Amino acid sequence: MASYPDNLHYTKDHEWIRVEGDTGTIGITDFAQEQLGDVVHVDLPRVGESFDAHAHFGEIESVKTFSELFTPVSGEILEINEALSDAPELVNSEPYGGGWMIKIKLANAGQVDSLLNASEYEDFVESQTEE
Amino acid sequence: MSNTQLKKTALNEVHRKQGGKMVDFGGWDMPVQYPAGTIAEHLAIRTGAGMFDVSHMGEIAIKGPQALDLVQHLTCNDASKLADQQIQYTGLMTPNGCFVDDILVHRFAADHYFLCVNASNSDKDFDWIKSNAANFDAEVTNLSANYSQLAIQGPRALEVMQPLTDVDLSAIKYYWFTTGHVDGVPAIIARTGYTGEDGVEIYFDPSESERLWNKIIEAGQPQGLIPCGLASRNTLRLEAKMALYGHEIDDTTTVLEADLAWCCKLAKGDFIGRDRLVQQKETGLTRKLIGFEVADKGIARDGYPAFIGDQQVGHVTSGSPAPFLKKNIGLAYLPIEHTAIGTKFEIDVRGRRLAAEVVPTPFYKRSRQ
Repeated sequence: MASYPDNLHYTKDHEWIRVEGDTGTIGITDFAQEQLGDVVHVDLPRVGESFDAHAHFGEIESVKTFSELFTPVSGEILEINEALSDAPELVNSEPYGGGWMIKIKLANAGQVDSLLNASEYEDFVESQTEE
Repeated sequence: MSNTQLKKTALNEVHRKQGGKMVDFGGWDMPVQYPAGTIAEHLAIRTGAGMFDVSHMGEIAIKGPQALDLVQHLTCNDASKLADQQIQYTGLMTPNGCFVDDILVHRFAADHYFLCVNASNSDKDFDWIKSNAANFDAEVTNLSANYSQLAIQGPRALEVMQPLTDVDLSAIKYYWFTTGHVDGVPAIIARTGYTGEDGVEIYFDPSESERLWNKIIEAGQPQGLIPCGLASRNTLRLEAKMALYGHEIDDTTTVLEADLAWCCKLAKGDFIGRDRLVQQKETGLTRKLIGFEVADKGIARDGYPAFIGDQQVGHVTSGSPAPFLKKNIGLAYLPIEHTAIGTKFEIDVRGRRLAAEVVPTPFYKRSRQ
């Protein structure tokens, strides 16, 4: 079963963000990596680029499909996870750890409050998978 | 889950229990991958062994004094060349020389043939065969519900299976079969597969499915055998450039366009679709299936358009990362003048043009002893 740590915020696009001071670390959720299957490539933006909340910031390719990546909040890219270019499988094995994608300087910390908490996200995932 | 309308193999519950991720595959509820994941499953079969449940595949028997005549009438390969216990890949042809389906014909005897057909086509194939059998003294029976089918594939697949069976597997040549037992269960044991690797495909009574599945998983541990899903089956067959119905071949692609002339024997005598194929051979092809590698980083997927300059000239029929070769590969139909090895073209990947090049196929070929 997929896990959703309590200390993260989540989006309905299946990204997570961990806020430390005015920096947010962003990746995709355990549920998202399970849906994609084996990740083979992650296309990330450049450091210094700025994005609005919910903007498209990159793309992730697995063996059988691809998905677009969206920022949960507005801000400027401080760092990207260079390790993913050689080891994209980290997104599968450590979605909340070594599989992080970007670090962003929060333009508006208040935006985090509108995101889902772990139990809300879990409920959302269940509502998506039950038909 | 609203899966009640999907068809299930006898192993459906086993797949769920063992962590198979289930998807709708042509109306069947099938595992697309197991917990190991598609890449690990693909590599297990290239280097050790893996097993697929392919019980969704259909089986059709043709029996009677004119069984061979009917098979010859329906298919493009020459079934008269088959000996007892030999198997042939062939096309079930439309009158246009295109594919009703691609199938395996197993000859049990001169008056008894056993066809393995694609799951999603099995009812259509059966109806097609029946509707063309009226003038032949032959009985056509749909046996699809009577068989489970497992594919045990990989360089160590025979090593896994030999202790479980009373037949000498090494004595079965590639594309031959025999009948015997697997762990006491009567089975058709065929040295075939859809992975480009050595291995066997076994057909047996569905009631024994769970026991045999678990027995083979257990027996295969020393050889690294793992259960595999349909996603790795697809990447394996693509590396080996084996056609997939609905992608490379369908009722709009001729056997010659699909680069399958090796299984099209125009000299064998008349068959459905032959006139069109003779004509196409004389006038020459206007398009052909080619294999390509993507030069740029990026993955060309099924359906993406292929361009030369500003002109769309074709589309990708299957495209994927190749887990063993570690390249991004695919198959596409291109105009015949652009099919030479080394030809450069472009593929539109969601608005971005990627450079691609026509390369020799199969992309992967196993070394044979």
